[in-house]
Amino acid sequence: MLVLEKRKVPSRFWARATPLLAVILTMLAGGALFALLGKDPVEAVRTIFWDPLFSEFAFYYRSQILVKAWPLILIAVGLSLGFRAGIWNIGAEGQYIMGAILGGAVGLAFYPAQGWYIFPLMILAGALGGLLWAMIPAILRTKFGTNEILVSLMLVYVAENILSSVSFGILKNPQGFGFPGSRNLNDYAASANMDLIEGTGLHWGGAAALLAVMLAWGLLTRHILGYRIRLSGEAPRAARFGGVDPDRLVLICLGVSGALAGLAGLFEVTGPAGQLSPDFNMGYGFTAIIVAFLGRLHPIGILLAGLLLGLTEVGGGIAQQNLGLPAASIKAFQGMLLFFLLAMDVFTDYRLRFRREETI
Amino acid sequence: MDYSAIDPVLLLATLMISATPILLAAIGELVVEKAGVLNLGVEGMMITGAICGFAIAVESGNPFLGLIAAALAGAALSLIFAFLTQVLLSNQVATGLALTLFGLGLSSLIGKPYAGVKPPASPHLDIPLLSDIPVLGPIFFRHDLMVYVSLTLVAAVWFFLKYTRAGLILRAVGENHDAAHALGYKVVRIRFLAIMFGGACAGLGGAYLSLIRVPQWTEGMTAGAGWIALALVVFASWRPWRVLLGAYLFGGITVLQLNLQAAGLAIPVEYLSMSPYIVTILVLVYISARKGRGNLDAPASLGRTFHAAH
Repeated sequence: MLVLEKRKVPSRFWARATPLLAVILTMLAGGALFALLGKDPVEAVRTIFWDPLFSEFAFYYRSQILVKAWPLILIAVGLSLGFRAGIWNIGAEGQYIMGAILGGAVGLAFYPAQGWYIFPLMILAGALGGLLWAMIPAILRTKFGTNEILVSLMLVYVAENILSSVSFGILKNPQGFGFPGSRNLNDYAASANMDLIEGTGLHWGGAAALLAVMLAWGLLTRHILGYRIRLSGEAPRAARFGGVDPDRLVLICLGVSGALAGLAGLFEVTGPAGQLSPDFNMGYGFTAIIVAFLGRLHPIGILLAGLLLGLTEVGGGIAQQNLGLPAASIKAFQGMLLFFLLAMDVFTDYRLRFRREETI
Repeated sequence: MDYSAIDPVLLLATLMISATPILLAAIGELVVEKAGVLNLGVEGMMITGAICGFAIAVESGNPFLGLIAAALAGAALSLIFAFLTQVLLSNQVATGLALTLFGLGLSSLIGKPYAGVKPPASPHLDIPLLSDIPVLGPIFFRHDLMVYVSLTLVAAVWFFLKYTRAGLILRAVGENHDAAHALGYKVVRIRFLAIMFGGACAGLGGAYLSLIRVPQWTEGMTAGAGWIALALVVFASWRPWRVLLGAYLFGGITVLQLNLQAAGLAIPVEYLSMSPYIVTILVLVYISARKGRGNLDAPASLGRTFHAAH
């Protein structure tokens, strides 16, 4: 009979091969799903994965992929630190919203003044908004041992309500003809998050994402804190004997991931989204969880995974327009991707062995 | 503002209805966790149950068929989780999250044509004689069948866990899977069954939401109900009757804030809408603070991967 035998050391080959295999399996299973919906599966998969890169309008789509990828990468890098240490921040969506609100509010407070200092202040406020929001589950966990998964998730719904409240209330555009939503931060020169190189989709959020990838890589491979994070995830008892303070780690991991999610929210609201409105958030905080796992919780992997998921977001949009696929199908597609990834992961830690029935 | 618009009898009666979806989902998850498995996919299974039940009820015109379909859909989805975590030994937290994300996507995919459709009405079950009692009658005895099913389910789970041999084995698996395995119990098989039970309950809870409580289909309509069900299990310290208590407390808060919104309380709607989530957090904090660290009530093997070496 077939049995799983634990490997002494996780297989490096499989750790790298599984994301690719998972993508291929998702294409097959996704194709089957689209066939069930009565769409041509080959065309659907081609529209999602190929057209954004190589079709007639690819020059536009390519920059859109980057625009979608930056927030995912930025959030996922932060989440990966916690996930490695067994600290589950799944409320990044809430931290993203709060970063956007606080950062946006700082910008709106200066309106219509002009000055080089406004955008940096907004960036700081954005990071702070996400950080503070993440500190709620962090402090509750360290002080009372409250489960951070549930608290951080509940806070997403609280943040969504706050967002709705400010869009209809104190941050509403006074010249907006009564429509909910703030002034357009992208039209306001002092707060606009513009492309660093025109038309490439590389805006300040992209620069921040790339910087975060590099810093996280350095942290995990070169710094004692990164070592402690990895140790706490892989051998919690050894970590405690080794003098790692688990409470500090919780505060740091949640704090960093919250701040990065807040930054992502700020760059989104000042750039692609343009304004704070009740539905400006698009679920990046949740999709980033998939990005973090698909990237093997490794900064470089997350960079690649973020680009891939950005691709599927853009491809999903095209499929929606051209093939009439519902917008949500891409979410099912992404969920499937995570399933296949987690399923294939078994080969990283275990090997399949054929074993005769033993009698002990 | 007009508080007299809030009728306390009606309030208590709707409390039971508003609590039923999370009660169903939470009692299912309680059994799953008692078997030592943490399934964070409750939200995904609930919403999939909500749309599958809704679709079948609309197509067949029969709400009962819808409820059965919802239970089957929830169980089917939980089977993915069971296979991944029990056979392929994947991380339970990550797999549960994947289940939630997948369920949310899948449900809006299936639900596209059903937005704005009205489901067939579910018959009310007025219990003869009892429903005529003033005050108590309308509160307790004039509900639809599922309210009573959910109550029966709580009693059944309590009895099963406490007084049956199978319940004892299930708890043994949840407390120490290695010891249970050494005694010859089929850990993986037992966990599969528990996970599927949890999935079916979550699916039912979702369908109750879309078919009876709201009744309508809107994308993402569970709005965190699955997560609140997970929190309820912790709140209840893994005890069935306390799940009931928690669900009704929570249902009460939800109904009260909706009533206050309708009565035009001076607090903005958004702050009332967020109150159930904040209360959930506060309750979680209270429970964890009272017990201190290392929650002794949680099944000892909760969330740990089981791999039989022999």
